[in-house]
Amino acid sequence: MAHAPQHSSERPEILDRVQPADLPRAELILNDRNFHWVTEKVCGIVEQPTPLWWKVTFAMALFVASFTGVGLFYLVSTGTGTWGLRPPVGWGWAIVNFVFWVGIGHAGTLISAILCLLRQKWRTSINRAAEAMTIFAVMCAGIFPLFHVGRVWLTWWLFPLPNQNAIWPQFRSPLEWDVFAVSTYFTVSTLFWYMGMVPDLGAIRDRAKTWWRKAFYSVLALGWRGGNRQWSNFEMAYLLLAGLSTPLVLSVHTIVSFDFAVSNLPGWHTTIFPPYFVAGAIFSGFAMVLTLMLPLRAIYRLHDVINQYHIDNMCKIILATGSMVGYAYATEFFIAAYSGNPYEKFAFINRAFGQYAWAYWIMVSCNVITPQLFWFKKVRENHSLVWIICLFVNVGMWFERFVITVTSLANDYLPSSWGYYSPTIVDIFTFFGTFGFFSVLFLLFVRFLPLLPMAEVKMVSPHANPHAH
Amino acid sequence: MTERNERIYGVACTFRKVSDVYHAAEKVRDAGWKKWDVHTPFPIHGMDQAMGLPRSKVPRLTLLGGVTGFITGCLLTWYMNSYDYPLIVGGKPLWSPIYPFPVMYECTILFAAFGTFFGQFILNGLPRHHHPVFDLPQFARTSDDSFMIVLEATDEKFHLDESRNFLLSLGGQEITVIRD
Repeated sequence: MAHAPQHSSERPEILDRVQPADLPRAELILNDRNFHWVTEKVCGIVEQPTPLWWKVTFAMALFVASFTGVGLFYLVSTGTGTWGLRPPVGWGWAIVNFVFWVGIGHAGTLISAILCLLRQKWRTSINRAAEAMTIFAVMCAGIFPLFHVGRVWLTWWLFPLPNQNAIWPQFRSPLEWDVFAVSTYFTVSTLFWYMGMVPDLGAIRDRAKTWWRKAFYSVLALGWRGGNRQWSNFEMAYLLLAGLSTPLVLSVHTIVSFDFAVSNLPGWHTTIFPPYFVAGAIFSGFAMVLTLMLPLRAIYRLHDVINQYHIDNMCKIILATGSMVGYAYATEFFIAAYSGNPYEKFAFINRAFGQYAWAYWIMVSCNVITPQLFWFKKVRENHSLVWIICLFVNVGMWFERFVITVTSLANDYLPSSWGYYSPTIVDIFTFFGTFGFFSVLFLLFVRFLPLLPMAEVKMVSPHANPHAH
Repeated sequence: MTERNERIYGVACTFRKVSDVYHAAEKVRDAGWKKWDVHTPFPIHGMDQAMGLPRSKVPRLTLLGGVTGFITGCLLTWYMNSYDYPLIVGGKPLWSPIYPFPVMYECTILFAAFGTFFGQFILNGLPRHHHPVFDLPQFARTSDDSFMIVLEATDEKFHLDESRNFLLSLGGQEITVIRD
């Protein structure tokens, strides 16, 4: 800076001739839709008679959810031995499914909180559904650790509550940190979701014709009046909850990764785990958001509010986080080689070429290779293809957790204690059913609650600018 | 306040455009009104300034919640693992700020979120299922695409006819008296 001009008044002549590029901002709401259109669209979903597809899907979802019921009933009545867990693999599908579902939830919080702080306006169309997805995914995740403790009626011992043994939780254990992280995550996500929904519930209440509908939405809307004195506090609280959820969501998957990283097992005991898990969580979560939103967009004709720009952005986030995950896989191999630790080296060679190589390569092809297709605009514009790629990502991320959990446990230090893990039918039933459980909750949400945040969508519309003419 | 006004909550008028209600709000603020509100379907950017509202007090409750949460986390882990039932695990100290940090961190966020969530509703006087503005037929549209300014009768400047004329001069439509 020594040669910087001393007199700022000497303005180079060229500056007068150079104009800043006029880059048009992507339109968030197509076809210049007005406020009333948004209200009709979103309230219409709740107000119309229950569509046939909903009834059919709901019945199917209930049927699938019953598999979890059967699996858990058999587990509780017989014992945890009915899961495929036996030495050396004491953590099988239970933790894999837990991490899988918690990870799915992370995209919801990323959209609602981190993108809010970054002033990404495109988040408004998808954030309500993504937050709902978060809450329901965490509920699915919770099933596995709660039942894995064996005596599910004693799970309250996980919480710092006085019990007859006068023993408290052990706070040096990452599993106990997990209890705090996941329960805080669930609580805060629910508060955030509900608070954001109150004004929209008020809007549905104001349009309600029948008595029961009026009563139902009045109770939920808490008497919201939409006065600017209320909006002022609401906006501040919303921003603060976004600010609180951001460190929360990053901490949750960090702590989930501590379940592994704090142990001394080769392949688990690595410092890369927290960022790698968080990136993976966002990756899988966005895939799930697209898996859910693309069909909903088609069914409810939401093309004007969830347009190609939104889909492009989500695809690009999947591409970015997928590449981060791929980079993390490579780093793990490099560090294993560079560490000079024979056990660590073996753990990774074994992952790629050992008895679970099939799972490893499913993971790599689904997580690293498939999302690279999102580099191409043609792919991002082909929504059936986007949907299929997202399914691959979901599968791949499940396998990632499987590979991490099982390969390290099945082949650790002593070859004499190696084993091969496979799930039992009870494992499969329980996990399969959680998709039904998730769908039941999500379908109820779609049917009875505002799918899109009306107030926020209206806020980003060009009509909402008080200085426009 | 005159006797006539006793059963009156205030007067309301509606606007159809964001820019109209925004500029009307500026005029109400400049006229020195204290007890009034603007009902809108979504938060209008800059409306707090146009109404002359002070900064929201929610952050104070968030801070209060956060500090409470952090102290709770510290006390919880100290009392349970080092005072009431001292437990030596992994050769770690009975209590240090390091090992239970995730617990303290989560408690801080949890309580701060409680402070924010409940603080917002307490400051907004919610839940409150009955309010005089709900009786107005045009209120229902303020959650859709209409905007409404309400001047309350408890304001010192309130006088029924004058206030009506004032709203008329702002360009408001559907000027209505709200009964309490």
